[in-house]
Amino acid sequence: MNASYLTRRLFYGLLLMLGVVVLNFLLIRLAPGDPAVVIAGEMGGATEEMLESIREDYGLNKPLLTQLMIYVGNVMRFDLGESFFFNQPVTSLIAQRIGPTILLVISAQILSILLGVFLGVIAARKPNGAMSAFVSVFATIGYAVPVFWTGIMLIILFASVLPVFPVEGMQSVKLRDAGILVQAVDVLHHLVLPAFTLAIIYLAQYARLSRASMLEVLGSDYIRTARAKGASERSVLFRHALRNAALPILTVAGLQFGNLISGALLVETVFNWPGMGRLAFDSILRRDYPTIMGVLFFASFMVVVANILTDLSYRLADPRLRGKS
Amino acid sequence: MNRITGLMGAAALALSAFSAPVHAEGGTLVIASNQVPRHLNGAVQSGIATAVPSTQIFASPLRYDENWEPQPYLAESWEVSEDGLSVTLNLVQNATFHDGQPVTSEDVAFSIMTTKENHPFKTMFAPVEAIETPDDHTAVIRLSQPHPALLLALSPALAPVLPKHVYGDGQDPKSHPANSAPVGSGPFMLEEFTPGEAVVMKKNPNFFIEGRPKLDEIIIRIIKDSSAMLIAMENGEADIYPFMAGSQEIKRLEKADHLEITSEGYAAVGPINWLAFNTASDKLKDVRVRQAIAYAVDRDFITKALHRGVSSPQRGPIIESSPFFDDTIPAYDVDLDKANALMAEAGFGDGMDLTIDYIPGPKEQQQSVAEYMKSQLKKIGIDVTVRAAPDFPTWAGRISSYDFELTMDVVFNWGDPVIGVHRSYLCSNIREGVIWSNTQQYCNEKVDELLAAAAIESDAEKRKAMYAEFQQIVAADLPIYWINATPYHTAYDKRLQNPPKGIWGTMHPMDRVSWSE
Repeated sequence: MNASYLTRRLFYGLLLMLGVVVLNFLLIRLAPGDPAVVIAGEMGGATEEMLESIREDYGLNKPLLTQLMIYVGNVMRFDLGESFFFNQPVTSLIAQRIGPTILLVISAQILSILLGVFLGVIAARKPNGAMSAFVSVFATIGYAVPVFWTGIMLIILFASVLPVFPVEGMQSVKLRDAGILVQAVDVLHHLVLPAFTLAIIYLAQYARLSRASMLEVLGSDYIRTARAKGASERSVLFRHALRNAALPILTVAGLQFGNLISGALLVETVFNWPGMGRLAFDSILRRDYPTIMGVLFFASFMVVVANILTDLSYRLADPRLRGKS
Repeated sequence: MNRITGLMGAAALALSAFSAPVHAEGGTLVIASNQVPRHLNGAVQSGIATAVPSTQIFASPLRYDENWEPQPYLAESWEVSEDGLSVTLNLVQNATFHDGQPVTSEDVAFSIMTTKENHPFKTMFAPVEAIETPDDHTAVIRLSQPHPALLLALSPALAPVLPKHVYGDGQDPKSHPANSAPVGSGPFMLEEFTPGEAVVMKKNPNFFIEGRPKLDEIIIRIIKDSSAMLIAMENGEADIYPFMAGSQEIKRLEKADHLEITSEGYAAVGPINWLAFNTASDKLKDVRVRQAIAYAVDRDFITKALHRGVSSPQRGPIIESSPFFDDTIPAYDVDLDKANALMAEAGFGDGMDLTIDYIPGPKEQQQSVAEYMKSQLKKIGIDVTVRAAPDFPTWAGRISSYDFELTMDVVFNWGDPVIGVHRSYLCSNIREGVIWSNTQQYCNEKVDELLAAAAIESDAEKRKAMYAEFQQIVAADLPIYWINATPYHTAYDKRLQNPPKGIWGTMHPMDRVSWSE
């Protein structure tokens, strides 16, 4: 890999971010509803003077293009503005929410890869067997069912009918002063349903991908050699075959990151998870422009960075890609 | 699989042992709320979301008991002058802010003037001209005209006493950084405020009322999903759920053995669910059409069937639980013949088309009632189209720009008619672009005169008579057809002592609330 590739990649990343910022700004302004009316309404109804002063305070009385220029300028200095609703810097609101979102996304990612690959490998062992059919059906359903529906079903099953998991939030408020270990267990307990909900869609994709990838590898000569040497079936599957089948899976995992973030937005709303997704959702309802744009900016930023990293690591892993661009 | 479920069950049991609340002396009270506060300063912000924490953190000059009687709080006594033009507050000597500074008359004067200038309820302190502070513990409020609503406006929900040494630094009080980290003199002190998530308040050990507060901690937990809210109440994650409005929720929590459900605590809130008319529209400017609609709608069906008996009928602009309510106003009991006759008289014998909007909110109070209106009004030849709004901003935009014919809405009385009722009926409050002004565009000079006179009438009986006349006039003119009081209920753990059931409910200091042993 050469430096010019890296520079070019970063440059395109920046350009993409600029596009994202402008597009976010314009799309949000297309939605009907005046934030000044919302703010005044939230404050208990108001006078025209109050509406005017709110518009002035938040720069909403300036021409749209001017507002856009100011916003882009601020973003370039990493100033995401102040929330209309909370009167606090958007960056500090996001800072409070980023941890829970990352925890959720990473748990779901790990869960979906582990379970998905495991199912895929099992299915690949007997491509025409019952297990394989089950995995295919499960994968199709898992992929097709909307994530909020899965979430609600899990809540009904495991929080209401069979109350083993908490239904919302990330922590029990009454455990705030408990020891760190108790709190950690409590957070994990809260994490199970949302992480599993989010994992299900991607789990299905990993299952299908690893099944296909494994089938391809299992047909190759070195597997036949391994079997001929008398390696156990488990060793053949997991030690010999999976290693080579894993490369495409890892690539997809990197690309999947963006989808996971968008999926997290929905899951957080269903489970009242205190992350960026719920912040975005609530902010949209409140027409809190700076917060919506801030969250979208940050989420896009993470996706772009993840994509660049995937690209780079892929080139590191596969020598054939070096020198191409 | 069995083993896994077993393990999960064991883990859950272990966790529930951890989370069982300890109910000895002190203890924690978890309030479940679906309202998100912008900040915690009730001096510059109205609404339940801010008032619930604000009334715990800030003390105020007076507070009210469950019989609408003012009680001492920061003011140990007070006198209203003969002419009603001044009110003297004698403050307690031992009150301090959470940062240790004493509460003085300077703070009281500063707070009332700040509230007057910044709170959206402009009528609350409008007649206050100046506040004199002859000594540290005396504040004399000078009025331009008698203002009988003043004492109620000095309640915790409307008049938090702010520390002048924090807020007097010249920054805009509406966006002051201290709004999110407030310092008050109330029974609880802010410990942590996570926007959109939780407010944590700890006991104020130096509270000026001895032996109070009883609790160690109050946590307001924001849970926006109503089913999650119910489960949290059922399994003891939350102890009290105020402002609950759905009959399904109320009925469901009634079944939980450890919970008590009450509709007390909302008398001063006075939330009225109503059908408002755009009286400037060609179809609705004739009062006979509005009356025909009123005669066609069965209020009892709505409260008994749609709301399953949890809401109560409301037939006037002033909440029926208020001392100012006049029970002789016409109820417009359902009478389809009369309704049809009125439609014919108004020249709409062949019927008409109307659109009905509703404020996005609890379906039972809004959409269901709107759908019911549609089927009911068909009986008098009105073809109604129900128009949904995807969210509050869309609805507010339509209503405040008069792009509507009929709309469902919920509006609060806020204790005294001056504060919450006048705004919907005064000619002078027809303000385009402003939601919860007189968006009905109703104007009757007699009403304006009566309300202006009632606002300054110090004699309670005479004032009541003026409001009675006002209610008779608007009930005849019918710019709004009042349907029901929003059926706010509070669910709380049975072991709670002195649960907040006064006129302001949870918008009142909870220093007396405690856990039983």
